[in-house]
Amino acid sequence: MAKPASNLKKHGLELFNWFDKRLPISDFWDAHLAGYYAPKNFNFWYFFGSLAMLILVMQIVTGIFLTMHYKPSAEEAFASVEYIMRDVQWGWLIRYMHTTGASLFFVVIYLHMFRGLMYGSYRKPRELVWIFGMLIYVLLMAEAFLGYILPWGQMSYWGAQVIVSLFGAIPKFGGLLTEWIRGDFFIADATLNRFFALHVIAVPLMLLMLVVLHLSALHQVGSNNPDGIEIKDKKGADGIPLDGIPFHPYYTVKDIFGVGVFLFIFAFIIFFSPELGGLFLEHDNFVPADPMVTPIHIKPVWYFTPFYAILRAIPDKLAGVVIMFAAIVMLFLLPWLDRSPVRSMRYKGWINKFLMIMFAVAFIRLGMLGMAEGTIAETYESRVWTFVYFAFFALLWFFSKHEKTKPLPERVSK
Amino acid sequence: MMSSVKIKTNIVIVALLLLFSVPAQAAGGGDFKQVNINVHDKSALQRGAVLFVNNCLSCHAASYMRYSRLGEDLGLSEDQVRETFLPANAKIGDTMTVSMTAEEATAWFGNKAPDLSVVGRSKGANWLNAYLTSFYQDENGEWNNTVFPDLVMPHVFWEQQGIQKAIFKDEEDAHGYTHKVFSHFETVSEGSQSAEEYQRTIHDLVTYLIYMGEPARIQRESMGIWVLLFLAMFTLVAYMLKVEYWKDIH
Repeated sequence: MAKPASNLKKHGLELFNWFDKRLPISDFWDAHLAGYYAPKNFNFWYFFGSLAMLILVMQIVTGIFLTMHYKPSAEEAFASVEYIMRDVQWGWLIRYMHTTGASLFFVVIYLHMFRGLMYGSYRKPRELVWIFGMLIYVLLMAEAFLGYILPWGQMSYWGAQVIVSLFGAIPKFGGLLTEWIRGDFFIADATLNRFFALHVIAVPLMLLMLVVLHLSALHQVGSNNPDGIEIKDKKGADGIPLDGIPFHPYYTVKDIFGVGVFLFIFAFIIFFSPELGGLFLEHDNFVPADPMVTPIHIKPVWYFTPFYAILRAIPDKLAGVVIMFAAIVMLFLLPWLDRSPVRSMRYKGWINKFLMIMFAVAFIRLGMLGMAEGTIAETYESRVWTFVYFAFFALLWFFSKHEKTKPLPERVSK
Repeated sequence: MMSSVKIKTNIVIVALLLLFSVPAQAAGGGDFKQVNINVHDKSALQRGAVLFVNNCLSCHAASYMRYSRLGEDLGLSEDQVRETFLPANAKIGDTMTVSMTAEEATAWFGNKAPDLSVVGRSKGANWLNAYLTSFYQDENGEWNNTVFPDLVMPHVFWEQQGIQKAIFKDEEDAHGYTHKVFSHFETVSEGSQSAEEYQRTIHDLVTYLIYMGEPARIQRESMGIWVLLFLAMFTLVAYMLKVEYWKDIH
């Protein structure tokens, strides 16, 4: 005979029910976790969505603690960061979590986006999932750029100088616009102050809202999978997809394992190589900002370098800016450029596979060229890869429709 | 069928890794000799701190570095710090500032000597080591440096290292122009230390500068091992949990 439930448990249940009647707690749980059916064949590439969420939360929490000690003024910013690194209890750890988190955010997001590209996760009916995701990516770049100015080192200052001056390429209004963005005639205290405001409140708020939209759109249509076939097409008598498994507990436990692996890498960088050889924290940014001394070699942090290489590859400033922004806009159009009868590259022909690989190669190679000093040979190479980058979209549009695909399986493969 | 997909995926990943591993030209650092720094070597740090305070701190400040922190990290008592490092009428919690004002510095040297708090991070050990061993006396008897040509700073350690002169050779570039390229140093007069001794002195000083750039480095490296051990255990348990749950998925 079962033991009667303790009073505590009974009261606990009553309390829960009181809330559940007034707030859709269990409805939410069922709709998005225990009753959300995800394809059972997720592979390695499906860890990065949950990891991106984890990093977002970590960035917000560490960011809150950093704002408690950071001073957004041109006079004090650099010193206040060193104060955090030296005199604030655990300040160094909080800051390294934030700086390493920023870079790993982009690692995770790039892998997450590449997953979408490989398995056609942007294809109908998931266009909005992709669009919201792209907006998150663009905002993340804005957030990273704004945050990078805050330590007020040489690279903060001159990086901001270069990026803000890009708006100056716009005919007629360029000068006025850059002045409006900076709040001064050059990058100055006013710029730092407003970038701080945007970095700690405006952009994060928009990011959070977009994450809600990204996930709402995803859960409305259901997750794609490496085979790119719809699990909802094959349902059992109970109306549950035959190849679907509840997100909780199956993918929650799996993602916890992914989190473990991620945190191991994350901690390794934080504790043993927080600068990562100048990739995550640049050497020149340990020199306080000096408007009178231009560094010989201004370059953005690694996650912007593919676009920076495209910018430098184009001889004309305005054309360079337009083409650089076009490189991002093209990604938004992917759901409509890809016209293949199949979603996943597993069932596409070799031409489409080759195109995707070349696109990835172009992106990485441009990233490396964007870090380099910009010799003539490097500029020519950047032009070649810029061409490959854009050719991908045109060729995808054509070959996705006109290449023979392999037959799709009935059910997802294990 | 699936294994062929897997093989192809692996080929793609390997190809991408290869592309990544092409050396990034922008890695920086120049061709300076590699020096290995161990910030856990307390005696090297103590010797380096003495060198720094006695030789550098008269012109260069380290205005983010506190004397008290120095004592804690180098295993020195407050009294030892007071005796060895603390200037008269400074407090133990003060940072390493200099008494020379910006105006005086400009009058004597042309500009204010840069703050050295984070020079270990902006320049790195290899550069600092090369810089501090590359002072030479030019034809006019002025101090110069092959790493930092035409600098204002005199050779502070000339009594220890002695005086050397730089020998340049002509080198023709791809366009047929000849340039003067540094070849090697020749000793003009011996110092109080042998070449090896002087290299050790500089190594101690650079160790201290690297430490001062990031005092938390001592803490983070010794703590990091335990964090990684914990995470390895956590990941193992998480993996076993995953396997246990996924037993019923076919």
